[in-house]
This record gives sequence, structure tokens and C-alpha cells, in this order.
Amino acid sequence: MSVDSKEKLTVSGLHVAVNGQEILKGVDLEIGRGEIHALMGPNGSGKSTLGYAIMGHPSYEVTSGTIELVDADGTHHNVLEMEPDQRARAGIFLAFQRPMSIPGVRLADFLRHAVTNIRNPDRKEGQDLIPMREFRGDLKAKMAELEMDSDFARRYVNDGFSGGEMKRAEILQLAMLRPRFAVLDETDSGLDADAVRLASQSIAKIGGADMGILVITHHEQLLEHNIPHRTHVMLGGRIVESGGPELATELHKQGYERIRVAYPEAAAAEQAMTATV
Amino acid sequence: MKTSSVESLAPVPTAHSATATRSSFDHRSLALLIAASNSPAWVNEHRQVAFERLESLGMPARNDENWMRTDLRLFKPQAWGPRQPPEPTEPMPVGLLAEAIAAGHGGQETFLNEPSGPVHATRSLAGKVLSLDGHVQYEQLDESLARQGVLFGPANRLLAEHPDVFKPHWFSVIDSGADWFAAMHAAFHTAGAVLFVPPGVRVTAPFYALSAITPGGVDTGHVLVVLGEGSEATVLTETAGGGGPTTRPSDGSPSPATGGFHCGGTEIVVGARAFLRIVNLQNWNDGVWHFARQKAVVHEGGRLQWTLGALGSRLSQVAQDVALVGRGAHAQVNGVMFTVGRQQLVYNTLQHHEAPDCRSDLLYKGALQDRSRLVWRGMIRVNKLAQKTDGYQRNDNLMLSSEARADSIPGLEIEADDVRCTHGATSGRVDEEQIFYAQARGLSADEAARLVVAGFFQQVFDRITIAPVREAFAQAISSRIRRLS
Repeated sequence: MSVDSKEKLTVSGLHVAVNGQEILKGVDLEIGRGEIHALMGPNGSGKSTLGYAIMGHPSYEVTSGTIELVDADGTHHNVLEMEPDQRARAGIFLAFQRPMSIPGVRLADFLRHAVTNIRNPDRKEGQDLIPMREFRGDLKAKMAELEMDSDFARRYVNDGFSGGEMKRAEILQLAMLRPRFAVLDETDSGLDADAVRLASQSIAKIGGADMGILVITHHEQLLEHNIPHRTHVMLGGRIVESGGPELATELHKQGYERIRVAYPEAAAAEQAMTATV
Repeated sequence: MKTSSVESLAPVPTAHSATATRSSFDHRSLALLIAASNSPAWVNEHRQVAFERLESLGMPARNDENWMRTDLRLFKPQAWGPRQPPEPTEPMPVGLLAEAIAAGHGGQETFLNEPSGPVHATRSLAGKVLSLDGHVQYEQLDESLARQGVLFGPANRLLAEHPDVFKPHWFSVIDSGADWFAAMHAAFHTAGAVLFVPPGVRVTAPFYALSAITPGGVDTGHVLVVLGEGSEATVLTETAGGGGPTTRPSDGSPSPATGGFHCGGTEIVVGARAFLRIVNLQNWNDGVWHFARQKAVVHEGGRLQWTLGALGSRLSQVAQDVALVGRGAHAQVNGVMFTVGRQQLVYNTLQHHEAPDCRSDLLYKGALQDRSRLVWRGMIRVNKLAQKTDGYQRNDNLMLSSEARADSIPGLEIEADDVRCTHGATSGRVDEEQIFYAQARGLSADEAARLVVAGFFQQVFDRITIAPVREAFAQAISSRIRRLS
């Protein structure tokens, strides 16, 4: 019997390359279920890459390191062996910074497939979807909580959505799918101040105590209702410093200059990476 | 928006090979066909004229503009001719649309509410005609409709019984001398179905005609639909059966004995202020050669919603023409094509505006898998008199394989000066990022691909107001999608 009976998502020594270029250079991170972690860092430092690698994007090649999901009973699951849809069914979620549009497919129909698969992880394609009545009730309730018009679900997935609408649709999906662990990749970008506040409240309500959340953000507002247990700073493909909520406040106010000075090697790596992009 | 005009509307002369092409559609089989049928003399005279035309023509030449994208090199005309009636024990292939209607599709729940517009979900038919290898096997017409003067059944019988109704339209709509296949059809047509809806009669349940063949079978069915002034009807026609593309090891070409051959014609007359919805689904097995000439004439204030679906055949060459001949006529043309393997489908469409204030709107959507090929060549032709024309044509193709090929060739010929004519064409692929996004929400890669393809067709499905037809198309397409290559 494991002493550590905490459900968690662990990333160890993760190296990730895209088109042969190494972006992540050894990332270590452990997110317990019920914890909020903030991931900050300048553009191009590798934050989104970590999200894609956790979700299993085929263009993001893990060259070394591990990603594991640990159940409450201590069972370890090798996430790297799972297809992206298996990861989703295992309880991992990524809110995309730039969600894809799927013209002709209504958000509601898309979500009904998603919810069905995530509630029945062993479902094979062609097997019954969850009953429409049950799904519709659930969806309407969630949309009301998020102050969304129910007409929204009839629109085609992200097709012609404004930046703000896309982010709200991502939060709706988070609310409907109720993952164990979620990576929110700049879910505040493209939103005005009021919308960010609403998003922050919504995420807090959805997450509660039973979701582990990694919030990738440049701003502090999204963290207003989601006080991070830990704040991590990424620079040049590594997490160079971790701290409490005060670190997020500091970075938001003062930027990354202190970090760059303190970690010259990572800063050099960052320069090299942004130069080749 | 592109608009162009040309100086002349003179049709391009049709090119033909110098020598006549020999097939089993010959003098002897024509004599047998006439002897065996009870057709009136005027029908047989028309056959004779068409046969003389057939004898003077050869197979369409490679340099014929309408045929240059149709590869007929492996088509062996001598393999095909009229077929004997099938054995009574021969099973009748079941049509896709018939199945969907029997299953009562269309009542399926969608989110919150149904798409706007009339949706026909019905398990009942106004009437049906089933034929196998060019021989009518079954006919039926709702009695209350018969009492209202509706005529529906095989041409043989109805042309003899009601020449006053049908003779003025019989082969008056399509050009039976257009080419070798058109002439062959006009000389050797059998089975099919004719429909007449009297003025003012509105029929909500669909009329249904199935043309089926056995493996190696032949169908030359002719469909004539005549809607009287102010009437309304829905017509579903479909094809089924024939053989698959069994290959012979010697030369690799499919054996004619297991393929099939269709040489058909469809004539549609929509009377003034009448409304016709018609669906033609081509769903042969994929060894079948399919040649079809289809044309609708829409009179003043008439409305036509015409949907072509194509899922089957080895090679298809279809001419689909709409002539808007009366002021204020409106035609909506929908195409849904899904090709697999080495299928080759070629469509030549014409939206001919002959009268003012008419509207035509064509949307063809095709998805191509494997090494299949899809060709659409569309023309909007506007006569000098046809002012205030609103014409639109669009062809979108979704490539599911890097080895598939699609050609979209829109065209405009405009003589009037106050018109709005536009066209568009797109060709795209399923984006891997879309698949990943859906996978991140728990959908398998295959499920995601099917959803993306379904979404691609949604725009044209939204226009098809007959729910079981939409369902049948969607399910058939979904079942044909394999892992993307």
C-alpha cells in the first residue's frame, strides 16, 4: 500500500521536440487533484508545448522523460502510451489557446459525442450516445451557470466564433467533461476584463476541490478566483523557479527581467529558441 | 464574384468517331423489344428514329468536350444489350432510400429543435414501381390518389392508356440525339416510371421508383415526371445492385459479367406554380457503368428542388440540365457525392435561364477517398430575354486521400445585361489539427474524421427538406469513410 495516496499528474524530465527542434529541455511538474498551478513565462518559453505534450499532439515528439497519471489507489498509468482520445477519457483536458473550427458540426452534437466517450471510456464508435434528454438537461444547466445563451450550442464548433466566444466554448467543454486534470492554455486571452472575471469565477466553480488545474497565463486576473497553490516560471524550455501565489503577483507586476538575470543559461536558451522561430 | 459573358450561344458541335460502334443493342434486339412490348405505335416509331441515329453515331470521342474527362477505354460496348426478364426467384436488391423510409427515419432528435423548413418524415409512400434488369416487377399507387387523377406506373402501360397526358412530353425534354448513349437510351429504354399529377393536386407522401439490376445486368429505365399547374409532389428514385469490380488476372479489367450497365434518361416537367422535390440516388455496386441524361423544365412560378446523390458505380457520366422557361421559376439543385476506390464520376450541369426573374442555385458537394475521381463541369446560360436572372453555382470537394482527384469547372454564358450570376469552387482536406482537437475531447480519430466529413456535407443536407433522404445519405456516407490516408 502506497503511502502517497494522492491522485496526481506527474511530468518528469520531459524533453519535447517539434520538427527536430528541442523545445522542452527537462520539465518536472507534479499536479495533485484539487490543486491549482499557475504556469507563467515569456512567449516562446515552451508553456503551450507542455500542454500539447500532455494531451498528445502528434507533432510534439517526446524524446525523453515521462508523463504519468496516478490514481488514488496508487496505480500508475503511462500517459505517453495513450492516444490523445484515451488521455481525454482518462480524465485529461486541454483548453486550447487556438481552438479549431469544425464547420457543419453543432457544438451540442460535438459535446454529446465527447461527454458520452468520457463518461464511458470503453465506448466504441457506433455505440449509443448518452440519451438526448439527459444530455440536453445537463448542457442547459451548465450554460445557464456560465451565463451563456442556449442558442450558442446550436452553432458550429468554433466556426465564425470571436476570440472571446471560443474561450467561453472551451470553458463550457471543461464544465461538461469534468476532467481530473486540466491544462488551460491562455483561456483569458481575447477576453475583456469583465469576461476574464467571469471566466475566473467559472473555472473556480467548475474546478472546485476535485480538479487539478494547470493555468497557463500572462495575467493575474484569471487567478483572482483560482489562487494557485504553486506558481511556476518557464524559461528556455525549463521550469526555472517555483513559488507560491506571490510569485505570480511579482511576475505580473515586474515581468521576467529578474528571472532572466537569475537564470542566464535558460535565458540564453530562450534567445536561441526565439531566434530560430 | 465572377461574371462573364460570351457572344454566341450556339452549341458546340458534338464530335463523334467516324465509324458506328457495335453493341448488342442492335437491329435484332430492337425488333424483339418492340415485339415483346405493348407500346403504342408512336412510342415504337420514336424508338426507330432513335435507333437510326444510334447506328449513325459512334461512342463519344476523346476530344468531345462533354466526354474528354470520362475514361471509356475499358468500356466494352459489345458486352451490353437488353436482358431477358429475371428468374422469378431472383432476389430484388433493396434500395437505400426505401430502407430509410421503412425505418421511419427523420424523427431523429437533434439538439433543441429541427432545422427550419418542411421536413417529411414518413413511412408511407404515394406509390412505387420496382424494376429489375429493365423489367417492371411491381407497381402500386395509393387508391385515393388514383381517384384524384394521379397517374404513376410503368411507361409501357401508362403511355398506351393516357397518350393525351404523356405523348406531348415523351422525349420532348431531353435530347435523344445528343450522343451515342442518348440515342441508345431513346431506342432501347424499358421500365422506369412515369408520373402525372393533375393541376392543383398536392401529394405529400413520396412516389418511389427503384431501378435494380442483377450482377452483369442492364437497365435502360426512363423516368418522366409531369406536374400540372399548381400541383405538388415528392419523387424518390434510386438504383441498386449489379456486380462489383471483380478483376480478371489477365488484363486487370473488371469482368463485364459481374459489373453492370445503366443507360438512363429522366425528363421532368414542372408546371406553372407547381412544386416538385425530386431525389435521384445512384447507388449501384461499384462495377457498374452509369450513363444518364436528366433534364427538368420549370414553367412560370414553378419550383424545383432536385437532389442528386451518388455513391456507387464504377464510372458515371451524368448530364443534369435545368431549363427555367417561365417567368419567376426557381430551381435548387443539390449534389451529394462520395467516391471510393477507383470510382470515376463526371457531371455536366446546365442551368439555363430562358425567362426573366428566375432563380437557380446549384450546390454540389463531394468527398473523395482512395484513388477516386470526381469531375463537375457546370454552366449557367442566360438568354437575352432572361433579365433579372439570379444564378448561382458552387462545388466544394473534400479530399480524403492524397491520391484522389477532383476537377471543378464552372462556366457562365450570359446574353442578358441585368443579371446576377456567381460561382465558386473549393477543394480542401481534413485538417489534422481538427482531428487532434476532437481527439482531445475524447473522440477517436476515426470518429473525429467521420464528424468532420458529416460537417462538410451539413450545408447541403440542410437544403434537403426530406428527412429520411438526409438520414440515408448521412448514414451511407458515414459507413464508407475509412481511416484517412
